[in-house]
Amino acid sequence: MSHLLPDILFYVFSALSVAGAVLVLVNRNPMTCAMSLVVSVLSLAILYLLLSAHFLAVAQMIVYAGAIVVLFIFVIMLLNLTDEELGRFRFSLFKTIGAFVAVATLLAVAPDIRVSIPAPAAGDAGAPAGYGSTKAVGKLLFGEFLLPFELTSILILSAMVAGVVLAKRELQPKKTHSLVDWLLGFFRT
Amino acid sequence: MIVPSLLLELAPVLVKIFGAFFVVLTLTAYLTLAERKFSAFIQDRIGPNRVGPFGLLQPLADGIKFIFKEDIIPTQAHKLYYILAPALLLVPALMGYAVIPFGDYVEVAGRLIPLQIADVDIGILYVLAIAGLSVYGLFMAGWASNNKYSLLGGLRSSAQMVSYELTLGLSIVGALLVYGTTNLRDIVVQQTAYWQVGSILIPKWGVFLQPLGFLLFLVSAFAESNRLPFDLPEAENELVGGYHTEYGSMKFAMFFMGEYTGMITMSALLTTFFFGGWHVPWLEAAGLSRNVAAILGVGAFCAKTGCFLFLYIWVRWTLPRFRYDQLMKLSWKGVFPLALANVFLTGVCLYLYSRLM
Repeated sequence: MSHLLPDILFYVFSALSVAGAVLVLVNRNPMTCAMSLVVSVLSLAILYLLLSAHFLAVAQMIVYAGAIVVLFIFVIMLLNLTDEELGRFRFSLFKTIGAFVAVATLLAVAPDIRVSIPAPAAGDAGAPAGYGSTKAVGKLLFGEFLLPFELTSILILSAMVAGVVLAKRELQPKKTHSLVDWLLGFFRT
Repeated sequence: MIVPSLLLELAPVLVKIFGAFFVVLTLTAYLTLAERKFSAFIQDRIGPNRVGPFGLLQPLADGIKFIFKEDIIPTQAHKLYYILAPALLLVPALMGYAVIPFGDYVEVAGRLIPLQIADVDIGILYVLAIAGLSVYGLFMAGWASNNKYSLLGGLRSSAQMVSYELTLGLSIVGALLVYGTTNLRDIVVQQTAYWQVGSILIPKWGVFLQPLGFLLFLVSAFAESNRLPFDLPEAENELVGGYHTEYGSMKFAMFFMGEYTGMITMSALLTTFFFGGWHVPWLEAAGLSRNVAAILGVGAFCAKTGCFLFLYIWVRWTLPRFRYDQLMKLSWKGVFPLALANVFLTGVCLYLYSRLM
């Protein structure tokens, strides 16, 4: 009884996540692609929940569904492409080869993935208490994996700075702002 | 044997789910009446008073009217998304309640039942994640209507929601540092403690610990629920009606319900985080039984939430609307740096406290 519901949920949401991912590739309408991506992302979040990785599931929802795809859709709405501008779907040699290679890779890798999953040990009680909680993830991130975590944050910071530089490239350099200027400007508005 | 025990397990949960659902939807309906009554009071009018005593049946009349209105779908609209949009706005708004504790434990037939639908460890993160999803309803409505005013409304809403979601999350990081947990029930329990100043006991409410965090959260909550002075996505003197220009009948009503339900969630969160949730100060001294105290607690929770709902309405009919660039400036150059400063200051204070004490 207790194992039936998680199993059903697992199959339903695995199917949904794969279907969403396929629809992102196949669809012509960018808005439908973005919404399929949301379906895929949210299904993955539910799979994380089933693996009792609660914090990861919520982070997936906040970061991917709540921010990244929203920005995609923001751009799609700004462009607002019509069907004529998108053109009709055409088969080309490259697309055919690409699809063939993708399917072939999947088939080649699938047996190895199957082998790499460890069989559940007899009397396996599942995840220990507190596994995947905010506290557990936090302790791992700021303890054992502190260096990779901080390096990743530097990587993201440099990407952010690069984004600002690229976006502001055409603007004239203005006089530098100090903290005092910022405070004055804040209280003036 | 399995079925009766399963029913016994499920019964309190189902009662709580349906109870919360019923209360929230009724409150949503009556909030529209309260909005109209208070706006009338503020503008020195009488307000709706024709349907039932003091106009109390007005929400019912509104509901019947909405249901019987002709349901028009514009010919150029994208049908699937047009129909899906109101549901995508309303469903996340209703899902947020699942983790908010509205009372302490009650004892029924020898079992302790928490007055909360789901006591989960990730509590507040769940609410933030769900609140983040409601933006899809807004811009889907704006895009599917195939109307430039709707599209602009949708664009504004997505930019506004993303910006203020960030500050909403960041403004409570300070409070989370103080409480040391993301579980909403634990947060309320921590606020039931007291400071002793002379002979006076002051409740350890979050608002005293995190005054700046509270203000920033309040501002972000107003923006997140698209209420004046931040209702740019539907600014009627610029955008006709924004994202819901093309909507009529019950679909329009669902947008309306989504907005009011969002207000109730945010008010309940403000209560839980900064005003002690269901905690009634100094009640412990009275020595009441568990059930009586719990029911009084539910009353206190409703009263505190009601105060914030009144604040929402009061602000709407008092303050003018921001300009769009001012709105964005406030978020990125005002609230965001202040929230970061709040996190830093809280961290320093906690470190010093742990060293000195």
